[in-house]
Amino acid sequence: MIEVRFHGRGGQGAVTAANILAEAAFLEGKYVQAFPFFGVERRGAPVTAFTRIDEKPIRIKTQIYEPDIVVVLDPSLLETVDVTAGLKEGGIVIVNTEKSRDEVLAKLKKKPAKLALVDATGIALEILGLPITNTSILGAFAKATGIVKIESVETAIKETFSGELGEKNAKAAREAFEKTVVHEL
Amino acid sequence: MPKKVVSGNYAAAYAAKHARVEVVAAYPITPQTSIIEKIAEFIANGEAEIQYVPVESEHSAMAACIGASAAGARAFTATSAQGLALMHEMLHWASGARLPIVMVDVNRAMAPPWSVWDDQTDSLAQRDTGWMQFYAENNQEVYDGVLMAFKVAEHRKVNLPVMVIESAFILSHTYDIVDMPPQEEIDGFLPPREPLYTLTDFDNPTAVGALATPADYYEFRYKIAMAMEEAKKVIREVGKEFGERFGRDYSQMIELYKADDADFIFMGMGSLMGTVKEAVDVLRKEGYKVGAAKVRWFRPFPREELYELAKNVEGIAVLDRNFSFGQEGILFNEAKGVLYNTDAKPIMKNYIVGLGGRDLTVSDIRAIARNMKEIIERGRLDREVEWYHLKR
Repeated sequence: MIEVRFHGRGGQGAVTAANILAEAAFLEGKYVQAFPFFGVERRGAPVTAFTRIDEKPIRIKTQIYEPDIVVVLDPSLLETVDVTAGLKEGGIVIVNTEKSRDEVLAKLKKKPAKLALVDATGIALEILGLPITNTSILGAFAKATGIVKIESVETAIKETFSGELGEKNAKAAREAFEKTVVHEL
Repeated sequence: MPKKVVSGNYAAAYAAKHARVEVVAAYPITPQTSIIEKIAEFIANGEAEIQYVPVESEHSAMAACIGASAAGARAFTATSAQGLALMHEMLHWASGARLPIVMVDVNRAMAPPWSVWDDQTDSLAQRDTGWMQFYAENNQEVYDGVLMAFKVAEHRKVNLPVMVIESAFILSHTYDIVDMPPQEEIDGFLPPREPLYTLTDFDNPTAVGALATPADYYEFRYKIAMAMEEAKKVIREVGKEFGERFGRDYSQMIELYKADDADFIFMGMGSLMGTVKEAVDVLRKEGYKVGAAKVRWFRPFPREELYELAKNVEGIAVLDRNFSFGQEGILFNEAKGVLYNTDAKPIMKNYIVGLGGRDLTVSDIRAIARNMKEIIERGRLDREVEWYHLKR
């Protein structure tokens, strides 16, 4: 079973990202589960959301304490939240940032096995006109992990957002997929 | 219809739509809100023909469902915690008038202190209202539960309302895969309601909610008691038919997991039993002969199935995500009561877990298993009721 934790700020769509990832994996025949942190969310405050992906039905109903993959939607969270808390050995961290590999690594309390970086905010502003990074970061997820295909991410996005909005968000994911740089550490 | 990735609340809304409910009256409350929002969306999009009655409170929501059901309609509502408590008077009214209303209650802790998280005390506090209660482990069971609930409730030998219960957030806001059969297959399983009497049958006028003097009231109560007993047969038949049609069998009111050769079992209700099954697999690998018993239907209470199970195990760890102040966990209390006049005497211990959404993990269940094993080896309890998570 793969366990993924998303870090975002209320309003950026971390919960939607977790749901779209589940949908994309489901389209590939996997068993999935996606849920928000059961807390008290407010716009702008740090939030987390989770996705589980497995080859067999998922019965466990607990929160995720030791993720395999961490996805950071907002670069400023690296300053205030320990995003690698509980990250498994061999884990992957995916960050929306304009900063370099070494600058990001300096902020992480635990060194992951793989670090993927992409300027998802820049891509979202260019394509959507809004700094909502939940769809572009999923393009980075597909590139960094190979757990879901970018085509499945695009389809899941278009199922979630209809019409032009879906097309634009799928384009943002594709753009991020192309631009994501993956560092093996 | 194929499988969909939906939240527990959306599973409930789809089930209401696929059950072709005719009237929905509801008042929003966290974490129930997205059920009735989704139903409102179905209506707005023209996907469902449902009379939606906006009301000013949960008490009125149930009152509107009672009116609709008495007029012959298939009526549905949903609520949580304080909203369910506010409905309390009308819950008795619905069952007393023998109306097959179905409601989803999203289990939420009662305030104060305020909490929107999972806790079974809200629904269990309504156990004596004459409503049947079905507890769902996952989103699929929320969906299946609503469809079966209407069929059981509307059965001519039953005519009583059903509460289908799901966990706050752990199911209500968690996305999971739900298999939804094609509408025509659901229609085959659940045909339109055929009420025995309706307020709108003007050729055969009836009085509903009349006075019963001491000469008659007692027999009215007995008839409800008998209908609840009859409901056990109906539940098993409907659960079996559901399995034959859709591949998911619900003929057992208590679902057993690896219980056949178990020395002791975990017993509980609702979503926490998914995690318990995971823990059972881990414990089996560690050499523990354990199993699980998920009580699906709490009302009517599956006395016979519990007895059959209890005869064959040395111990039962009852996990209650609820508490009756001044007594103990509610499932524990009921299960002990059922076994008192039988020859089944397993050691039973009550673990109070997960109140107000406290997470119950696989490692918690392993710790409980170690404690149970010690108790069984020693042959006596350390204490009868343990507040498992207390900060020490």
